[in-house]
Amino acid sequence: MTEVFSAIVISVIALSVLVGFLAIMYWLVGRLPKRWREGARAWVFLFPTAIAVTVGLLIPALRTIYLSFLDDRSSAFVGFSNYLEVFTNEGTRLTVFNSFSWVLVGTVVTVVVGLALARFADGMRTESAVKSAIFLPGAISLVGTGLIWGFVYAGPPFDVGLLNQVTGWVPGLPDSLGGSGDRLWLLERGLGGVDPPDTAPGVNTFLLIVVFIWGQAGIATVIFSAAIKGVPTSLLEAAKVDGATATQTFYKVTLPYIRSTIVTVATLVTIAGLKAFDIVAATTGGRFGTSTIANEFYVTLFVQGRGGLGATLAVVIFALVIPVMIINRRAQARAEEMLGS
Amino acid sequence: MKLRTKRQKGSIGKGSIGQSAAATLTSKPGQALVYLLVFLWTIPTFGIFISSFRPEIDVKTSGWWNWFFDPGVTLDNYRQVLSSGPGQDDLWKFFLNSVQITVPSVILSVGLGLLAAYALSWMKFKGRDWVFVGIVGLLMVPLQMALIPLLQLFSGGAHIGSVTIVPDLNLTGKVYGVWIAHTAFGLPLVVFILKTFVSGLPRDVIEAARVDGAGHATIFLRLVVPLSVPALASVAIFQFMWIWNDYLIALIFAGRDNAPIVRHLATLTGTRGQSYHLLTAAGMISMVVPVAVFFALQRYFVRGLLAGAVKG
Repeated sequence: MTEVFSAIVISVIALSVLVGFLAIMYWLVGRLPKRWREGARAWVFLFPTAIAVTVGLLIPALRTIYLSFLDDRSSAFVGFSNYLEVFTNEGTRLTVFNSFSWVLVGTVVTVVVGLALARFADGMRTESAVKSAIFLPGAISLVGTGLIWGFVYAGPPFDVGLLNQVTGWVPGLPDSLGGSGDRLWLLERGLGGVDPPDTAPGVNTFLLIVVFIWGQAGIATVIFSAAIKGVPTSLLEAAKVDGATATQTFYKVTLPYIRSTIVTVATLVTIAGLKAFDIVAATTGGRFGTSTIANEFYVTLFVQGRGGLGATLAVVIFALVIPVMIINRRAQARAEEMLGS
Repeated sequence: MKLRTKRQKGSIGKGSIGQSAAATLTSKPGQALVYLLVFLWTIPTFGIFISSFRPEIDVKTSGWWNWFFDPGVTLDNYRQVLSSGPGQDDLWKFFLNSVQITVPSVILSVGLGLLAAYALSWMKFKGRDWVFVGIVGLLMVPLQMALIPLLQLFSGGAHIGSVTIVPDLNLTGKVYGVWIAHTAFGLPLVVFILKTFVSGLPRDVIEAARVDGAGHATIFLRLVVPLSVPALASVAIFQFMWIWNDYLIALIFAGRDNAPIVRHLATLTGTRGQSYHLLTAAGMISMVVPVAVFFALQRYFVRGLLAGAVKG
């Protein structure tokens, strides 16, 4: 219990020191000549945030770019050789492919599932319960998520896996698809009789993407649901009067109307997919052909201790985020233009 | 961009065409699809929930669905992970570590974020728009970009040549380092959401206070803080869930002794892969807080999510 007590004391002291410091600064700045006062007071309000993001994000990010041009012990300049290694090494090429799969498959399926749920649950009597159930996985840590799915994918010697139970029960399914109910999901790379070499993508990445979609769909559903409810009733009524079916109304009125929201959600999921680390680290640790750029970043840097290559992988993630943001901005602007708002 | 939110309650009132339009949208196959998805989405969590109450031998030898034919309930798994054996720490310690990391980090990021949001909305100074654009621009930077240099700063200080700019702070493995990292990484989004809210507060109210002679400190404490409570709640919950569930920052900045429960769970998964029965209980305990927070404050959480989704 003393530990808890000291933790509380430390936290309270740290926060009071900060508040006291800000109060003294504010008072001191008030003694300044009048024409500087307003600006100086603003900076008293701003400087903790400004310092935190400059020291914690801006400078480190610039330094990471610099480190990516140095060797692994940050002692010599090596030009673009780290970047060359990322894109030519067979292992990292698989990693890049996997990350693209996360982004592409993960985003498309999440958006489709989210839209379907938001559309069909809209107006159901159990709507809020449905949304809570779908959202629940989003409140669980990705490490916990990995654990939960461990019980789905478990294979021999533990006969406790749900997936094996289901596939074993389907008649006529070949062994390579789990027909005998004892497939080692996440450990065997092949599927349907195809055994890919170590440098080629296997099925395991997609098993992990399923976990990712499971965690993200709730967020997509909630946001889409709010957007669908925001479609003006007058538009829906007009479509109905013109004799449009529910399906036609959805595709011709609702979807175009919420286009910018779809872009936003797709952007959020894409960026989450690019940063995918926790699920991979907590399930396979990136083995069995499942590594992603974000996981490779961690392994390269903190397990293998390769500073230059690690920094380069971080820059690659950043470089992939930027076009996504630009596409998002453009699509956003177009959508707003279309709606004339 | 403005996110189009809930349409007015009145417009979908009884008997209106809006109501019938919504009703026809929900077809029978559509409903079936919804329930199928809900089933698929719930079953994995339900499985671990059931497993956590099953005896060790059952968990290891048969799938959790067998519980329905052979029910046996025990609290042994929970008892075991919550009591410490020799040379081992019980789960309480890591649970409290999570609290110790999460609560101050949330207070820091939300508090500092509100101060900044106020300055960016209601105080006049040169370069205000640029500062805002700069902070929000950092939303694009993935935190992987900042990890290595920040860790170096914490463990060795900053130097240019032989000149020391920042001394060795010795923050690696300390809880302060984790607070600073979470605060710095969370602030851009917090500032963005709070600025949108605070700048939308009614101008008349703030002007009136100013005319009555209130300074910025008074306006901030007496007006802006109380008026921003709904936005603060959303952002705080959002940050809370994020920090509680974080693994990467905890892995890199926290020490073995102040690791949060999520990181400990990952360690257990690695080292005690055979102890499935204990993992289920540990997993459930690690989920209790965020899931409870989510259900209790769902409304605020969703609002924060919608505000966050506006970023573009």
